[in-house]
Amino acid sequence: MKSFIDAYSAVNLMFLLKGLWITVEVSVISIVLSYILGGILGFVRYMRVKYLSAIVGFVIDLIRNLPLLLIFFFVYFGLPNLGLRIEILPSSVLALTVFESAMLAEIIRGGIESIPKGQMEGARANGLTYWEAMRYIILPQAQVRMIPALVSQFISLIKDTSLATIIMLPELMYHAQIIYGQNTNYIIPMFVALAVMYFVVCYALSLLSRYLEKRTRIQ
Amino acid sequence: MRKILKSVALVFSLMVSLLVLSSCGSKKEVKNTNAWTQAQKTDSLTWGVKADTKLFGLMNVKTSQIEGFDIDMAKALTKKMLGKDAKANFVQVTSQTRIPLLKNGNLDAIIATMTITDERKKVVDFSNSYFDAGQSLLVKKGSPIKNVQDLNKSGTKVIGVVGSNSVENIKKFAPKAQVIQLQDYAQALTALKSGQGAALTTDNGILFGMAVDNPNYQVVGKAFTKEPYGVAINKGQDDLKEHVNKALKELEKSGEYNKLIEKWFGNIAGFDYKEVER
Amino acid sequence: MINIVSSHSSELLSGLGQTVLCSLIALFFSLIIGSMFAIFEVLPNKILQTIGRIYVEVVRNIPLLVVTMFFYIVIPQYVVSIDGFVAGTIGLTIYTSAFIAETVRAGIQSVSGGQMEAARSNGMSYWQSMRYIVLPQAFKIVIPPLGNQFINLVKNSSVLAFVAGFDLMYVGNDIASTTFDTINSYLVVGVMYLIITMPLSYYMRYLEKRTNRGAA
Repeated sequence: MKSFIDAYSAVNLMFLLKGLWITVEVSVISIVLSYILGGILGFVRYMRVKYLSAIVGFVIDLIRNLPLLLIFFFVYFGLPNLGLRIEILPSSVLALTVFESAMLAEIIRGGIESIPKGQMEGARANGLTYWEAMRYIILPQAQVRMIPALVSQFISLIKDTSLATIIMLPELMYHAQIIYGQNTNYIIPMFVALAVMYFVVCYALSLLSRYLEKRTRIQ
Repeated sequence: MRKILKSVALVFSLMVSLLVLSSCGSKKEVKNTNAWTQAQKTDSLTWGVKADTKLFGLMNVKTSQIEGFDIDMAKALTKKMLGKDAKANFVQVTSQTRIPLLKNGNLDAIIATMTITDERKKVVDFSNSYFDAGQSLLVKKGSPIKNVQDLNKSGTKVIGVVGSNSVENIKKFAPKAQVIQLQDYAQALTALKSGQGAALTTDNGILFGMAVDNPNYQVVGKAFTKEPYGVAINKGQDDLKEHVNKALKELEKSGEYNKLIEKWFGNIAGFDYKEVER
Repeated sequence: MINIVSSHSSELLSGLGQTVLCSLIALFFSLIIGSMFAIFEVLPNKILQTIGRIYVEVVRNIPLLVVTMFFYIVIPQYVVSIDGFVAGTIGLTIYTSAFIAETVRAGIQSVSGGQMEAARSNGMSYWQSMRYIVLPQAFKIVIPPLGNQFINLVKNSSVLAFVAGFDLMYVGNDIASTTFDTINSYLVVGVMYLIITMPLSYYMRYLEKRTNRGAA
């Protein structure tokens, strides 16, 4: 019991919270970026543009089928070969964005495709242009359907930030490892703290998604 | 509108795929900028350092700063080379990440418990050695393992760190042992405590640092290799290398080197710091 | 790239073997555990439902790396000594089982309630109707998503590299740090992962299309 009290000293908790802050920061930036990029890529796939969609689809498939750890290595070790120094934090964001936007692209494409063709035809028949129909009829419906899948992908992204310890991103997992590496009595308290902190962040997000789902359904 | 979006998407996706491909396929070495003139211009040097290794480079939980002999050496070298106001920037590395990061240009130099070996000399250059370590073993007190020969049995597991020279050495000194490579020294030590291996092997300086915090563990056997640590610098950066060597010599002459040795190793039980003084 | 393949082929193959082995073992057990909790969640029993819900929510919201490290570091100190491969496989099993539970539960619930009622009114017991009517239909629906879970499993098995599980990623790290040819080493490893995951992923897409067409 004593090890728990010692382990959660103010200094250690501050250090963990600093790590949590990096985790949240990296997650939020990557979520926003990968939602935008994933949306564009998903749309390109949906549009079935000649050649382009096929190429984009193939690249997406390549990325989706690789372990995220490899993507971290390719970005952090590979990109600077082009002549730009890229620090740990932006590398992590970039790697997560590349990986997750490939995952999101598939979700978004599937979401748009799940709206029956009749919706578009009906809207066009009522005088809307293709883009108006997309904007006001198809996308809002697709968005509602996609919420659960999108949010569970965002939760995966938050959890995946822990893999960035491999390139020394000073996030929550890494900070916990530093604490228990210096005093191995703190191993269990640190694992408890890790589980609680990750759970709180991820669960909060899934509660938010449930709330959103309910609200959009009522509308 | 549809056409515009199509072309935007085309350009964008081409950029992305180009980025992916080029980052994967590129074998180009770091551009031939002179790291030394660059350092003079920015008045700073970027060093790759350990953050998980007591005595050499360890993250202080209270201040979030890395502290250790390597860190102090890097600061002293930077000041000697570039003047009092020069800044030493630190990037945390592990034994696994340090060489790729130096080669791809993210670092100017590595000062991270890195042994000068012939294998490594093929890909990077080294300064003169700045610390004389030797490989040894850390075991639980009362363990039957007394030296490296005791490890040479099939079924014996030895813990090391990915990318460290000690892992290569153990394959020679105890070829029958199974080597378990973990990400960094913090992981390696916790794995030893969890009974994932019979011994942890690396350089004695690092091991003595671990033994200080963990009184149930001890360093056994004499150092069975010589591990001179050097500052690693990219190939072709001879200017930078010469200045590091010059600064190193000055530090040794002025006694600053011995002061740092005493600061970090003066009170470590079992470690004869006089032996490594210069 | 070719140098690396030819000079390290035996290590690479054994790493690939460990990756596949660990993924298959984890798939087997997570299917059992996941289906069990999925059934808990649809049974007309509040306590079991809650247990199932809590298990899924807790496991789904904690990173795989945390679970795996827990089994590698904590369990051997207090319970039983297990090595990196076993710890990694247990971690993967537990982590994946939560996702499988979600997939299977969705599958069961998508088989309309009318099926169950019809079976019951024909004199079958709850378990008989579950066993012979609902589950077979549910499994047909969930095969493509389960296949995608298996692809995730193969990719996630790279977490074994953190605990010295001698899998493909671990071998890749070793080769990268002994040959110093980092990017090419990881490219080789990447291609080897793709050899397993790409065909699977295309096959699952094909199955998905077929089931969708069948349903429409």
